[in-house]
Amino acid sequence: MAQPTQSEAKQIVDPGIEKGAAGLTEDRIQAVINHVIQNETGARLKVYVDTCVHCGLCSEACHYYLSHDKDPRYSPVGKVKQTLWEMLRRNGRVSVDFMRRAAEIAHTECNLCKRCAMYCPFGIDIAYLMLVVRRIVHLLGMTPQYIQDTAHSHAAVCNQMWVKPDEWPDTLQWQEEEARGEMPTLRIPLEKEGADIMYSVIGPEPKFQAQLIYQAAVIMNAAGADWTMPATAGWDNSDMAMFTGDNEVMGRIKRDHYETAARLRVKRIVMGECGHAFRSVYDVGNRWLGWRIPPIPIIHAIEFYHELITSGKIRVAKKFQTPVTIHDPCNVVRGGGLHHMARELAHALCEEVVEMYPNCEHNYCCCAGGGVINCGPPWKSKRIEGNRIKADQLADAKIRGAKVLIAPCHNCHSGLEDINHAYGLGMEIKFFGDILYEVMEKPEA
Amino acid sequence: MHTIYEWVAGPLTWIAFLIFFGGLLYRLVRLVTLVRRKEPFIFTYMSLKYGLRSILHWSLPFGTVNWRLHPVLTIVTFAFHICLLAAPIFLMAHAILFKEAWGVGWPSLPDAVADGMTVVVIAGAIFFLVRRIVRPEVRFVTSASDYVLLAIVAAPFVTGFIAYHQFFAYRWMLVAHMVSGQIMLVAIPFTRLAHMLFAPLTRAYMGSEFGGVRRAIDW
Amino acid sequence: MADVSGWDWEIGTKTMPFDAWKADFAWVEEPYVSPDGERIAAVVNIDEAQFSVCVNGQAWETVFDKAWYLRFAPDGRLCVLVSEDGEWTVAVDGETWPERYGYVWNTLFSADGAHIAVAAQQDMQYAMALDGVMWENRFLNMTHYVLSEDGRHSAGTVQVKETGEADIARFQAGCFSAALDGEAWDSVFTNVWHLALSADGSRLAAEVRRGLYDYTIAVDGRPWDRSFSSVWHPIFHPVSGVVIAPVRLDGKWTLAADGEPIWTQRFVQAWHQQVSPDGRRLGAIVSPRYGYWTLAVDGNPWRTAVNEMLIDLRFSPDGRRLAAAAKHDGRWTLLVDDRLWDLRLDQIRPPVFSPDGRLVATVVETGGRFGLAVDGRLIPGTYEALWQPVFSPDGDRVLVRGIADGIYRRQVLTTAQLLA
Ligand code: HEM
Ligand code: SF4
Ligand code: SF4
Ligand code: SF4
Repeated sequence: MAQPTQSEAKQIVDPGIEKGAAGLTEDRIQAVINHVIQNETGARLKVYVDTCVHCGLCSEACHYYLSHDKDPRYSPVGKVKQTLWEMLRRNGRVSVDFMRRAAEIAHTECNLCKRCAMYCPFGIDIAYLMLVVRRIVHLLGMTPQYIQDTAHSHAAVCNQMWVKPDEWPDTLQWQEEEARGEMPTLRIPLEKEGADIMYSVIGPEPKFQAQLIYQAAVIMNAAGADWTMPATAGWDNSDMAMFTGDNEVMGRIKRDHYETAARLRVKRIVMGECGHAFRSVYDVGNRWLGWRIPPIPIIHAIEFYHELITSGKIRVAKKFQTPVTIHDPCNVVRGGGLHHMARELAHALCEEVVEMYPNCEHNYCCCAGGGVINCGPPWKSKRIEGNRIKADQLADAKIRGAKVLIAPCHNCHSGLEDINHAYGLGMEIKFFGDILYEVMEKPEA
Repeated sequence: MHTIYEWVAGPLTWIAFLIFFGGLLYRLVRLVTLVRRKEPFIFTYMSLKYGLRSILHWSLPFGTVNWRLHPVLTIVTFAFHICLLAAPIFLMAHAILFKEAWGVGWPSLPDAVADGMTVVVIAGAIFFLVRRIVRPEVRFVTSASDYVLLAIVAAPFVTGFIAYHQFFAYRWMLVAHMVSGQIMLVAIPFTRLAHMLFAPLTRAYMGSEFGGVRRAIDW
Repeated sequence: MADVSGWDWEIGTKTMPFDAWKADFAWVEEPYVSPDGERIAAVVNIDEAQFSVCVNGQAWETVFDKAWYLRFAPDGRLCVLVSEDGEWTVAVDGETWPERYGYVWNTLFSADGAHIAVAAQQDMQYAMALDGVMWENRFLNMTHYVLSEDGRHSAGTVQVKETGEADIARFQAGCFSAALDGEAWDSVFTNVWHLALSADGSRLAAEVRRGLYDYTIAVDGRPWDRSFSSVWHPIFHPVSGVVIAPVRLDGKWTLAADGEPIWTQRFVQAWHQQVSPDGRRLGAIVSPRYGYWTLAVDGNPWRTAVNEMLIDLRFSPDGRRLAAAAKHDGRWTLLVDDRLWDLRLDQIRPPVFSPDGRLVATVVETGGRFGLAVDGRLIPGTYEALWQPVFSPDGDRVLVRGIADGIYRRQVLTTAQLLA
């Protein structure tokens, strides 16, 4: 067997993984693995495992592999070999240590970005296979602590950040009041039945980034949109349970989200700039519930801003002068095809757009997604090391003039910020909303 | 000797083909029933248009980013697979045997061409073998079975080549050729060589998900 | 249901200008109409941080710093959540409750409207406040608020222990419970969701999760004997008092009562179960196969299925008919007795049956205008805003409440006139 090309990475201890590992027996592991394989998976798992010809062609897809000097342990198929193949080969009888490592691989060495599905000639979906591993890890109670805590928050208060039920409307009203300093008649209409749009955000917005709600409110009001925000649970579109393999909680929070929109009788949901939430609402959570497609159409902020600009509902006063480059978040690009709109939008808002390559569907993930950043501080440096390739890509864009990096996804934002700092890139990272807010004509300025 | 030859060329070939087609059919039926039972949602997302679109791109040499990233491998694998499929089917000797047994025939390749193709397959197999050993990312996921499979695929071509050129032990080689071909046929449905059957299906599924739901390309 | 017999059922139209209010205020928010249609109201802004409520053109005398969630109670009283000097309370017909809170939200009404409850936070402690009176026991957090039909009992999911900072073990050991009138259950659970109160408000059921995987229903704090891989909102059978909830078994959903499956059928999804008013039939929204939705009555799914969504299941008062709002191929319609209306609309509201169950009506939207649809037919006339129709007790007349050309109209028509 091949030797790893690099020295052993230092052991990271995660209290969540350890908590599950304590008292775990091989019998229990075997029972859980076989339960998942027999009862919760089907043709996909079987065919993917039976079809993979061990050719390694998926390797170059993965930013972890590229960032670790092509260490085969980080190749997509390498991760499957170190997890599922072994579990299948041993009929589920693997050691506690093996499961520790499996938890680490599935949670901190794969962003579920699905780039490899575009590189494997058979279209084997390694992200799905890693999710199966995460499901096993979940059922063994070995999910890393921080993301497990986030899943708990989803379960307890139906949002990602332990925002209490009064704090949510209170925050909206506070932002409304703030924004009235700028637009005196501005409203954030709460619980307005029959509005066209329900605007939903992720938990961190009210918790840490309330100015994003402020900006969205200014944009909505300036555009004359007929919109509302729910004052009840269901306002948060994010979903870490999807990434911990806690499908039951995932379904629960997506149900709340969609039924809130249905209760408000809106025609569509517009969501803020978040990638994973888009994936959950648009493609994953709905399926677990039996909704083939989103029962209420869901529109990502990129699509919405694009619509506002192209329809003339929002006019650009003066284009953004600093050259920008665009990060394509996998969940809205590989997962939603929004890269064309993102570019049109960037060109409409900014004087100069510098492309960074590879881009569009082939863009490298930020390495924060898929719940990896949510595994928290213990894994931060590993995550940053795992995306050197992105730093190279950004540095290259910077050499070609880009000073601002647009990242229309919350996770990407945080992940890229870490990369920006760690690799000393000195770029400024913005949302489309930041730029739109800055350059738009405001009615009563 | 003669009886062994008769037996291998006759009943054993029959059995091999039966297992080959029966096995493929079995795997296909199993797959479809499994999808029906466990993941019926898959049918909902299958799209002829996007499935074919994806298959088409991946069927073209250099038709995808990853094929372009690996030009040598791309040329080799396409040559390997085309020859692998075409050489046995269009080999004059095979066509004649078929005509004798079934009364149906088809145009066949000149022997020299078929011979060249055989060399391509053998060369391709050597290429894959070397690649498996020297490329860390391939070696890391390699197990003994990968070498065995490669050997199973290469064997009929190697033996066929030796037999055709009558380098040595012609009759034994002929038997070895037939047996190894039968082993390959039998192996296809029940090993990773079943990718012959599954490749278009997995690709079509991913193509459908990417095209129909994710509004993106997958090549 | 409030008593509608005392309303003005004289055939005729009363009008009230609405758009004209805009001249008197900085802005006028979205209007609400009283159940009897006699009053139309909206939150209005008078000046910076000065809000009031305008009813039939007349603003309340009281002015608030903020006012939101304006709603009419079933008995016609007008409620709004208001803030004065950084404190919150409820204003009812212009009078505020004497009590003040850190925050109030989620107004609930008893069926007759006589009782009003809100969720309240005071000094970062949480409890329900029923007719102004906050529970004596306060909790660390509270979600999933319910008020009994008679309005005498309120309940919520309550947090009884600190979860700690990212302390996942502690959370999983259970920090949540449910409280009825402020009395928390003795038992704690990892999660408690979606409560249901029995008709008389004496019993409380909830979805619970013990640990991360073990879901069941708890009634008065006692979990069912059997657990499931997931469950949805329980209900009390209005006649027998049995608790019924959807449960997930081997990856499929069915309905269970008191812990045991009662339907033999299994579905991709089953939820929003409801018992007919006479207590004889049990209906639910189900997905018979992936991506398709229909209604099932006593376990038997209908043949007509839609491919996007079903919501708002409603039985007719006699329990014989059943309808739900349906979305098919991107458009809304009504699914009634295993048949889809021919209409395809941009939006639709929940179905309303006439008291004898003969007619089913609702408000629909197309091209940005609202209209009334009865038994699958669009009634001529469109509105900028339209509220749900109300049938008179004998079913002969219909109250239509809507705004057209900026004027609010309260019309009483005979059903015959409506259908003509
Ligand atoms: C007809 C449909 C087929 C398709 C679309 C197909 C496709 C592929 C692809 C995409 C690969 C991986 C790339 C590479 O390593 O070259 C591969 C590898 C391979 N195929 Fe096929 N194949 C087909 C049929 C067959 C058949 C009939 C055989 C032999 C019986 C075969 C034998 C092999 C072998 C031995 C490899 C492995 C190369 C290695 O060891 O890396 N293929 N095939
Ligand atoms: S991170 Fe992306 S490319 Fe790498 S294995 Fe996971 S899904 Fe594949
Ligand atoms: S490219 Fe596909 S077939 Fe090849 S090793 Fe990777 S997953 Fe397996
Ligand atoms: S965080 Fe952004 S780039 Fe990263 S996985 Fe999510 S969408 Fe992809």
